Amino acid sequence: MPKSAPTKTAKPAKIAAPTRLSVRKTYKLYVGGAFPRSESGRTYLVDGDNVALASRKDARDAVLAARKAQPKWASATAYNRGQVVYRVAEMVEARRSEFAALGIPADEVDAAIDRLIWYAGWSDKIAQVTGNANPVAGPFFNLSAPEPTGVVGVVAPASLLGLVSVVAPAIVTGNTVVVLAAGPQVAITFAEVLATSDVPGGVVNILTGRAAETAPWLASHDDVNALDLTAVTDPELAVELERAAAGTLKRVLRPAGETDFTADPGLRPMTALLETKTVWHPKGF
Amino acid sequence: MFEYAPAPESRSIVTIEPTYGLFIDGEFVDGKGTFKTVSPASEEVLAEVAMAAPEDVDRAVAAARRAFGPWSALPGAERAKYLFRIARIIQERSRELAVLESLDNGKPIKESRDVDLPLVAAHFFYYAGWADKLAYAGFGGDPKPLGVAGQVIPWNFPLLMLAWKIAPALAAGNTVVLKPAETTPLSALFFADVCRQADLPPGVVNIITGAGDTGRYLVEHPDVDKVAFTGSTEVGRQIARSVAGTGKRLTLELGGKAANIVFDDAPIDQAVEGIVNGIFFNQGHVCCAGSRLLVQESIADELLASLKRRMATLRVGDPLDKNTDIGAINSRAQLEKITELSEIGSSEGAERWSPPCELPSRGFWFAPTIFTGVTQAHRIAREEIFGPVLSVLTFRTPEEAVEKANNTPYGLSAGIWSDKGSRILAVADKLRAGVVWANTFNKFDPTSPFGGYKESGYGREGGRHGLEAYLA
Repeated sequence: MPKSAPTKTAKPAKIAAPTRLSVRKTYKLYVGGAFPRSESGRTYLVDGDNVALASRKDARDAVLAARKAQPKWASATAYNRGQVVYRVAEMVEARRSEFAALGIPADEVDAAIDRLIWYAGWSDKIAQVTGNANPVAGPFFNLSAPEPTGVVGVVAPASLLGLVSVVAPAIVTGNTVVVLAAGPQVAITFAEVLATSDVPGGVVNILTGRAAETAPWLASHDDVNALDLTAVTDPELAVELERAAAGTLKRVLRPAGETDFTADPGLRPMTALLETKTVWHPKGF
Repeated sequence: MFEYAPAPESRSIVTIEPTYGLFIDGEFVDGKGTFKTVSPASEEVLAEVAMAAPEDVDRAVAAARRAFGPWSALPGAERAKYLFRIARIIQERSRELAVLESLDNGKPIKESRDVDLPLVAAHFFYYAGWADKLAYAGFGGDPKPLGVAGQVIPWNFPLLMLAWKIAPALAAGNTVVLKPAETTPLSALFFADVCRQADLPPGVVNIITGAGDTGRYLVEHPDVDKVAFTGSTEVGRQIARSVAGTGKRLTLELGGKAANIVFDDAPIDQAVEGIVNGIFFNQGHVCCAGSRLLVQESIADELLASLKRRMATLRVGDPLDKNTDIGAINSRAQLEKITELSEIGSSEGAERWSPPCELPSRGFWFAPTIFTGVTQAHRIAREEIFGPVLSVLTFRTPEEAVEKANNTPYGLSAGIWSDKGSRILAVADKLRAGVVWANTFNKFDPTSPFGGYKESGYGREGGRHGLEAYLA
């Protein structure tokens, strides 16, 4: 419809004509590539939004989704995974205004995009930096190469840069993740990025709510292979989670002190979530 | 053979201008003279291209030198993003570039479309990711670029060889002056446009077209810090001589005469496919082509019968036809060389065979050919033919296979066909070749280093190793 001024014959409205009423976004969970509400039916208020409050059952459902997606994601070529993570960066760039509207400073969005690019490039290089041809003392071919550990439970920081910095290293190496998000609006907006970025459903699952409530269930879950506790600030909770993780000998990533997400992350966020497989084969005519 | 209706890929996706200048400092500029580039399948003139004179090379090197400071000072993450952009633009323009490559080079569209172009994009994507990770590459904690790289590439994989040269150079922070081959300049000139689309700073990539003299002037230019050449061993030798004593860094990827070794326990059908791929892929214009078939005596008759049956199904013809297996020979000069060496093969006593094969009347064509009864002394067993011509030799023991495989001044690649893993690995250990394919052939990947032993050159391209040639 062409824009035009109201004609003189228009009748005055009984209610003062409002500016157009906006449609608000509902913030739900992100599990298996879909956006379900919490099975518990619970929500909590964050900055005026009712946000899904994930339950133990949601955490379990998310682990199921992550496990289901993991073998295919791990068997995708490293090149393919790298391109998918690059695509995530493209889509964050395209949705800058959404993150700005959530109060994320432009330089943090920049840093998050560049962090995604950094990890996209690692997909087909981490094996070249951490793998080895081993010169064993005998007529054997002997090669060590990294493989993903499997399903990773991640307690994520609230910031966009922090969230990207814990999710990207886990997935670029072929793991799938269940993320307990601290900043729900930012995390679910990021989930919308993932949902439109060729990331297969279930590779990243994001739960909003209280990490202190859901994290122990992930830590003790038999089908979770590793925990990233980088963002756990409560030392008592961290120790509790580490103890629970010991039950199934989960790999635990918990750097000492507070993590500066603006710094070069190094290899540890990836290597902590990788196994090393060594293959022997005899040589002889 | 089934009769297929023609299935040509449309040419309309690519627009070739009647003339092209040199790409220097971000602009296309005129050169002093011009030369024509033709489609080897039809001898149709595709475009007139500038012939770079010494002063043009000077300008290009000066532009690269000016660009080097700011380019190398960029944070690696920013260089990475330029290279990722280039990779993405190539992906989006890949069909256009594939058709262009098949027109100018003569290779079948199914190869330019499914092999060359995907590898080109992947190569830029791979090295893009290294630009901000150089300290992790194992060449010291603070690796530095070398400066201006002078790069000269061949006509067999024009855009892919460009990618192998430019991607690691730029990732490491160098700037480049690249000369494509005289018979295949167009895809490099289209790449110049890709650089402009990506807003790559002027001077970082300069493309100069010309012939041997242009290349010689470039590699001998005193302000070039690094020379990279892919081409014949003879020219490689000349370049090594001219670079000697200058302190310039040099990598050479030269000729080959690869042995493709088939043991008696090999899966015959797979081996036949591998042999065909090894020698007839890209009309045999492949430096790592499996041009010497070494087959264990006990299975030689069975294997050759199967190979001849398979060769009779190869379709030779229009490079743009999607069913074409073997396209046009790249140039008249190359056709003459292949023809001459093949005649020498016959005159030295080897037995020549080609399947019945109708060749187009215009353009440059050569039927797939094998020679049996070849000895190690025959010139067709020693010299690189660089065409669809296979020399077949036999052996009895693995030791003899290794001996014969290594009996060449070259050492670029080799193939091993066997069901026994331990034998494959033991034979691979003994082969003096830079790439060894087992139960496969002609496999390429940006993550995998490629390059030769002995007179096949030195240095590696691809993979983590490929960075070393561009880092101080």
